[in-house]
Order: sequence, then C-alpha cells, then structure tokens
Amino acid sequence: MRLKLEKRPAPSTFMLIATPIASVLLTMLIGMIVFDAIGINGQRAVVDIFLTPVLASYKWQDVAVKAAPLIIIALGLSIGNRAQIWNIGAEGQYVLGALFAAAVGLYAGPDAGAATLILMILAGIIGGAAWAAIPALLKTRWDVNEILTSLMLTYVSFQVLGFLVGGPWKDPNGRNFPATAPLPEGLTLPILFPGSTVHLGVAIALILPFLFWILMSRSVFGFQIRVVGSAPHAARHGGFDAKQTIWMALLIGGGMAGLAGALEFTGSLKAIGLGFPSGYGFTAIIVAFLGRLHPIGCLIAGIVLAITYVGGQVAQTTVHIPNSTAGIFQAMMLFFILASDILIRYRVRVIKAKPSGAQA
Amino acid sequence: MSPEFAIASIVTIIGLTTPILLAGLGELITEKSGVLNLGVEGMMLMGAICGFAATAATFNPWLGVIGAAAGGALSSMLFAVLVLQLNSNQVATGLALSIFGTGLSSLIGQSFTGRIVPQFGSIFPDILAKDPIWKLLFGYSPLVYFALIMVPLTAWFLKSTRAGLILRAVGENDHSAHSIGYSVIGVRYAAIAFGGALAGIGGAYFSMVITPMWAEKMTAGRGWIALALVVFAGWRTGRLLVGAYFFGFLMWLELFAKANGFGDSLPILQEIPSQFWAAMPYVMTIVALTLISSRGNVGASAPACLGKPFLPST
Repeated sequence: MRLKLEKRPAPSTFMLIATPIASVLLTMLIGMIVFDAIGINGQRAVVDIFLTPVLASYKWQDVAVKAAPLIIIALGLSIGNRAQIWNIGAEGQYVLGALFAAAVGLYAGPDAGAATLILMILAGIIGGAAWAAIPALLKTRWDVNEILTSLMLTYVSFQVLGFLVGGPWKDPNGRNFPATAPLPEGLTLPILFPGSTVHLGVAIALILPFLFWILMSRSVFGFQIRVVGSAPHAARHGGFDAKQTIWMALLIGGGMAGLAGALEFTGSLKAIGLGFPSGYGFTAIIVAFLGRLHPIGCLIAGIVLAITYVGGQVAQTTVHIPNSTAGIFQAMMLFFILASDILIRYRVRVIKAKPSGAQA
Repeated sequence: MSPEFAIASIVTIIGLTTPILLAGLGELITEKSGVLNLGVEGMMLMGAICGFAATAATFNPWLGVIGAAAGGALSSMLFAVLVLQLNSNQVATGLALSIFGTGLSSLIGQSFTGRIVPQFGSIFPDILAKDPIWKLLFGYSPLVYFALIMVPLTAWFLKSTRAGLILRAVGENDHSAHSIGYSVIGVRYAAIAFGGALAGIGGAYFSMVITPMWAEKMTAGRGWIALALVVFAGWRTGRLLVGAYFFGFLMWLELFAKANGFGDSLPILQEIPSQFWAAMPYVMTIVALTLISSRGNVGASAPACLGKPFLPST
C-alpha cells in the first residue's frame, strides 16, 4: 500500500476551508503532546492559550484590541499575496504609519481636536504606503526583489523610530526615557464602550473586511489582482498592466499597515516608544495565510491569532512559560496551513499493493 | 587614537563580525542551492540555546558547539520538509521558522536563565593569547578562527569540488540537474542542513562567547543582518568576508556613537546619530541589490532558482 497524489480538476473548496480549522486543532493537539513531553502541563497551557481568552469575558476586550491591527494589516497583505507580490515588510510600514501620525499630532499642538485626529489617521495611511512605495519603485524600475527590500526596510524603520523618539521627539517631561509624550485627550481615538479599552479602531477592523470583500469580488481591480496572481499570461493578454498591479498591491499593503500603526498609536498606546514594533506586521502574514487570503478569513484568523497573544500572557502566569511561547503556536499554525496547501490542489489516493508482485 | 584603543576596537569588531559571518556562510550555501531560508534568526537562537544547554550538560564547550550545530540543523529540517516535500512557500515557511525558533528557544532557555557554563580556553599559549599586542592575532575564541577557516573552505567547495558544482547547478537550473540524474531534493536538504548548522554555531557565539549566558532573543536581529549580508555580497564568498567585516565595522560605529565616543576627537561625526550607523547595513544591502538587479551583471547575481519550488515535470 502506498499513497499517491492526484491532481484535482479544480481546487477543493472543502479543503480550502477545512484545512485552516484542522491546522488550529492540530496545533493545539501537538502543542499539548510536546509540552507534556518537556515537563510542562500541556493541557493547561493549551487551554489557557486557546480557550481562556474566549471563555473569560474580561479578556474579550484584550482580544479585540489585539485583533484589530492584525486584521487590518492582513487584509492589505492578502491582496499582495493574491497577486504574487511578497510584501514582508508590513512591520516597517506599520511603524512608519504611526510615526507619520505622530508627526501630524506633534505639529498640531496640544489643543487640536477631531479634525487633526482624522488627519493623523490619513497621514498614517500615507506613511505606510510611502514606505511600501520604495520596494514598489525598485521592483517596477529595476526588477529588484521586493521580498528582500521590504524586509530590509523594516529594520531601517526601527532605527528611524529609535532616532525620533530618542532625539527630536523625546518627551521633555519623560525622565530621559526614549518615548514621545503621551497624546493629549483630544487626539486619542474614541472608546466604544465606556470603561473598556475597545477603541474606534476595533470597529474599523470589523468593517474593513466586508469592504475588501466587495472590492475583491465585485470590482475590476479585484478581478485584475486575481487574474495577475493566478494566470499572469492571461493577464498580460487581457491588457492588465503588471507594473500597475505591483504598485497597487504594495501601496494597499503599506497603506493598511500604516493605518493599523496609526490606530494602534492613537487608540491603544497613545505614545511611541522603542517597544512600539511588536511583531504585528509579521504575525499578520500568518493571519493572511490562515485566512486563506480571503477578507472574511482574515477577520476570523486575526481573532484566532489575537487569542493566542492574550492566551500567551495568561499562560505566562498560570503555567510559567515565557510570553514568546505563543509564537511557537502561531508558527505551528502556519506550518500546518502551509503543509496542507497541497491538499487543495491534489487528492491523496491510497493505492493497494498489486497482488502479482509487480514493481511500483 | 591610542594603540590600546585601536587594539580594543579591532577585537570588538571581530567579535561583532563572527556570528554574522558564520550564519552568512551557511545561508550562502543554502541560497546557492536555490533555497531562500528566512529562518536564520530562529536557527541562530536555537543554536544559541542548544549550544548553551549542551555545554551545561557536558561541561565541555566543544561538545556545546556540536550541540549548537545540531540544534540549528534540526530546526532547519522543519523548514526543509515543508518546502522540499510539500512545496510550501519558502518565504512564509522561513518566517514561520524564525517565529518558531524564537519561541522555542525562549521556552527551552527558561530553565537556563542565570546559569553559567564553562567557557572556551584559548587555543594558543597564554604568552601569545594574553600579550597586549599578539592577542590581536592569537587572543580570540576558537569560533573566530573556525569562521575564518570556513571562508576559504566554502569558496573552494563551491568553486573546485564536484559537490560544489552540483550544488550550484541545482540552484541555477534545477530541471537540468534533475534530468542528468542529480537529486535536487537531496542536495537541497544537505544545503539547508548546512545552513542551519552554521547559523546555530553563529548563534552559540552569543550564548557561549560574548555574554556567556542565556537570554531570550539574545541574537537581537543579527539573523536578519546575516541575510542582508548574503545579498550585499552578491552571493560571492570573498565579498561575504569583506562585507561581514564592513557590517561589523558599522555595528562598532553604532556602539561607539552611542557611547559618545566621537565627542572628543571627531565632533562632526558625533552629529550623526548612532541609529544612522545601525541602519546602514540594511540601506547598503538595498543599494547593492538594486545595483545587481539593474546592471544585470556586476560580477554577481542571485541563483536563478532562488525561492522557487522544484516541480519535476514527470
């Protein structure tokens, strides 16, 4: 008996939806086994990381606030990935978005109001898009690999941030700590439920997936992205400009990451310090894959990944594992989803050994 | 500039360079076979903790290095199975390996935090290794010499051996290599494992030589610099060595600027923020990559199959 892969006539919709769910469940199962094997209470760890944030209602606001940037960034990235444009520098675009927003806020002064806040958010989108425009320019002009340039620019962005918050933008009343002054009340995003941390950005993150869904399924642009990604030759014959697609994919990815950075800054953190880049831009890549590059998938996957972040903090106190352990689970989900990709296009057939001793 | 200062600076630069040189050499071999592994940071951290743990268990830093190489190579196999056997996307899989290695090393390392392990003795007699001048040549950790020996070995391997030729053929034209009977997948497994092993030893330089202690995320992003280095070097071994020391020099400038070192002698340089130097390796890499891509030929180019899955037509 042996296994054989057989190409499916059309990609399997069932597998497309079933494999992400199976990936999450397998991650929980394998995580439990491995943790038990190394002497940590695996069941408790998995329950705390995946279920406690869902079951304990006081954790919901943390999940919502963490999910918002992941969803928003993943939406932008999945457009690029669909067109086979690999922007892996969302983390840097997220940082630039926050910095652009902060620049507007700083120069508007302490008495600014809602109009300035809106400008800050727009500046965030522009900042993220501008940072992504560098790989787009290099790619369209000289065919420079966008994977490497967008990644390198992320590490440049950390230094830009370090310079600004440690120098010109340092809070004069901050005891020499490298961070900006906290935003004045008028420049922070409104809170949706009084007494909680759930800010307007969460609502934006809930609405945007549906807008993207309409954009991708109903517009010529959405069609263009899908065709360029799945059938580049047909796209060229159909008159879709490859360079334009590269620009749009990167600008939208960067703009969304910039938006997420501006919202995180004005809604959640209210000041930018050295710890501002927290890895959302990288985790959002997992979200995009787990969500199968579909806007609604990104919404659900963003919530799942946010749960593991919050759950990681729970497990830190209950089973005493480091906070970054959540990364093991996040990476495992991506491993499984990548491994299962093959099931969408291929069918696994079990072939019984031939009776007459024929060689396979 | 006093001679003591010059000697201390050179010693620092060599210390900063060694880990990225090791990880860069490993990644060079991996990429030459046509595989882009973005998991260097994760493999370095796995090497750092495995090297530390192996030293703690055996009280022998040499066995520690073997542990580090094994830790890096084993974690790279996770990546290898996915991209080679299941044709998964190399970019996403490599990123996942970085996240995974960061998390797993923190988890394993938890019980080693604050512990101290035996260090390498010097391999040269003290009269040379401890001499204020001669230590410039003889006073380093064995890993420094190991990294330097690996450079000509790697160059020789790629250029003059049959195995090196096959490796390059697999990276430049996998289908041709396959059709004349070489195992593309087998070669890539070996190249990925080698890359993982060297990244692991590079990571162990942090936990066994520099500090020498274990701390979470102690490689502090050097895995990404090592990736940049391979590109900056245009996939050439000789340029990788030069580039590694150039990047090491930039990292030293960053430390020096942070310590306000230019203030007395070169006030103009002091005006430049330390972050400028820290960003330089990445900026230079983007510039170098643009030059390579736009000229098509500055004596260097990426392996033709880099990042693409191998799908035999049969």
